[in-house]
Amino acid sequence: MTGPTVSLFVTCMVDQLYPEIGVAAANVLERLGLEVDVPTDQTCCGQPAYNSGFRKEARAIAGRFLEVFEGDDDRPIVVPSGSCGAMVRNLYPELFHDDPRMLERARAAGRRVYEFSEFIVDRLGRSDLGGTLAGSAVYHECCHLLRELHVDRQPKTLLRDVRKLEMRPLEKAEVCCGFGGTFAIKFPEISTAIMVEKLRNVAASGADMLIAGDAGCLMHLDGGMRKRGMKVRALHYAQVLDLATRSSAGGRAS
Amino acid sequence: MQVKTAAFKASARRTLADPVLQGALENVYTGFHLKRIQAAAATDQWQPQRDRARRVKAHTVANLDHYLDMLTRNVEAKGGHVRFAADGQEAARYVVELAKARGVGTVIKSKSMVSEEIGLNHVLEQASIEPIETDLGEYIIQLARETPYHIIAPAIHKTQDQVADLLSAHTGGQRGRTAQELTATARVLLRDAFQRADMGVTGVNFAVAETGSIVLVTNEGNGRMCTSAPRIHVALMGMEKVVPSMADLAMFLRILIRSATGQRISTYVSVINGPRGADDEDGPDEFHLVIVDNNRHRLLADAALREALYCIRCGACMNACPVYRKVGGHSYGWVYPGPIGAVVSPVMSGLEAGKALPFASSLCGACREVCPVGIDIPSMLLHLRSVVVEGGPGGEAPRPASAGAAGGRCEPARPPVGRSVADRLAFAAWRFGMAGRRKFDLGARLAWLVGLPVARGGWAGWLPPPLRGWTASRRFRMPARRSFVARWRAARRGRAV
Repeated sequence: MTGPTVSLFVTCMVDQLYPEIGVAAANVLERLGLEVDVPTDQTCCGQPAYNSGFRKEARAIAGRFLEVFEGDDDRPIVVPSGSCGAMVRNLYPELFHDDPRMLERARAAGRRVYEFSEFIVDRLGRSDLGGTLAGSAVYHECCHLLRELHVDRQPKTLLRDVRKLEMRPLEKAEVCCGFGGTFAIKFPEISTAIMVEKLRNVAASGADMLIAGDAGCLMHLDGGMRKRGMKVRALHYAQVLDLATRSSAGGRAS
Repeated sequence: MQVKTAAFKASARRTLADPVLQGALENVYTGFHLKRIQAAAATDQWQPQRDRARRVKAHTVANLDHYLDMLTRNVEAKGGHVRFAADGQEAARYVVELAKARGVGTVIKSKSMVSEEIGLNHVLEQASIEPIETDLGEYIIQLARETPYHIIAPAIHKTQDQVADLLSAHTGGQRGRTAQELTATARVLLRDAFQRADMGVTGVNFAVAETGSIVLVTNEGNGRMCTSAPRIHVALMGMEKVVPSMADLAMFLRILIRSATGQRISTYVSVINGPRGADDEDGPDEFHLVIVDNNRHRLLADAALREALYCIRCGACMNACPVYRKVGGHSYGWVYPGPIGAVVSPVMSGLEAGKALPFASSLCGACREVCPVGIDIPSMLLHLRSVVVEGGPGGEAPRPASAGAAGGRCEPARPPVGRSVADRLAFAAWRFGMAGRRKFDLGARLAWLVGLPVARGGWAGWLPPPLRGWTASRRFRMPARRSFVARWRAARRGRAV
């Protein structure tokens, strides 16, 4: 039996660079009894262009996102990313502020968008998913998740309730990791200096895993850790929850 | 002040490579940011006060011409003189001409960022008038011939040893190196300046329209010396510093001081009401208030930037900023560094030269989170990025009638100043690739294929520009062989059968 249907927007980065995060998110949602719908025409929310000042290009792709995901006004759109979720919910209204028709469509989409952990904890009212995963971990607070969507309690609650997972405190967990999208490419030295401080704090925790909620930050931090030979595993919390619940429920093979 | 905003990247690189500066910048987090957090947590009704402060600022800035006229009338009623200066040159010239006319040889100064904007010390020196900074931090950077590193802690980048060397060089002898000895030395030197100066120049933290009062917030007492000992007091204020009433002032003092240093109240808060009255025991014979525009009207004319004028200059955004804490204050290249500086410095000093500043942010939002008046700095940075790339519309900024010019001041539309060919090509390609699922998949598979020779375990250790900077310090994640959607489709087909 399946419950209500949700649409999954995995984001362009997860889609092409981290498909395993998308698979994990879908698995967890299905184990929670939801019917997962993946609009296979999806690409990007438009954030890279918006953040770079190319609003015309951003509007074109944001408009396309709206087309792809429109249809059922009651169906939640679940996004395993604070940044892309914030783009749709918080920044689309600004992007379309001078186009009333598009603005209305953008607001309607914004009302349907939920970040992955926010959907599970706030909308479904679940926190203990009954999983087990042995190891120690720290949680990095991705900026847009924390300061655009104000989501921090939800992922921490979900992780707290995973058995045998020891969550350790991370010094300056709320400080940016230095990714910032095109910022990391335009200002690589500054981005790296901020990252190095974050990695130092991760290393000081002695944890085996670094958990976060945005693939961009994870790519940046994991890329830095691999370059430095650090043996910490970087994971999205959708992956942690998928791994933790895999044995106790009939997950879909990927 | 000389505009060096175009050198942001090079200056940032130098700062990143300087271990002394990096060590000093650590103090910004512990010494200011964490203290602000504690102060905010210990304050009743913190959030409602911020909301109210924002509403008052929004109202005041929307009616700036009205409140500046009210302020002008009330300062003049108390015997003060008011001058509205359209730009920095006009403001500096007014002060210098006044000093010359009154035979002033030495000017003592209390902290003023507007005086940095207008390069007042330089202009005074050229007229053979000696300016002496009396805020200890400002005094140190004056000795070092530098500009402030931070708007409330101008010498935060200087170590105790560097300060000792500067004072020793200035006095021509070894003066001791402990903090107490250094402070005592500066105290003696400044005491002499307080006694012989004929003019005191100060900034203005707030100007109260309904009473014509100007307000100074200081910790060292030097502000009081500058406003009471010399026979002339000149106060320089940015035109956005006006607040309507004394009741508003009380609230602004609470949030300014807590946000700046984490103190509940500064050591001194001075409310100055014009020159010495008949019954006053001390105070200057003359009081002059110079209200400075200096391209603030550009912020006023652009609805998307207007709230930058709500800024009360507490510095909390720079203390919270991960970028400021790495690149330091001088990299921003003009008077105002950090997140608010990345907005106001390029707009006020020239967007073409300063076009890198709005991009030099990870958009983490820490600045907006701590801003006592809730300025949405990330949104303004995003707006400025679009103005740099696509240009921006013009707008109208009202001016006070007392400025001498009736009616609004029109700002012309802005042309794009930073549309690089590489960026245009990149985003044209991006738009093409994101406009259809097949193109998207094809592009990613091409990247996967091209990356095969350099990728190990899905990560590339080296990539050509524009990703070379990335791979210098990080590996880059290459596209997967199959996208999520492709996997999903395959799995669904499997299940359907």
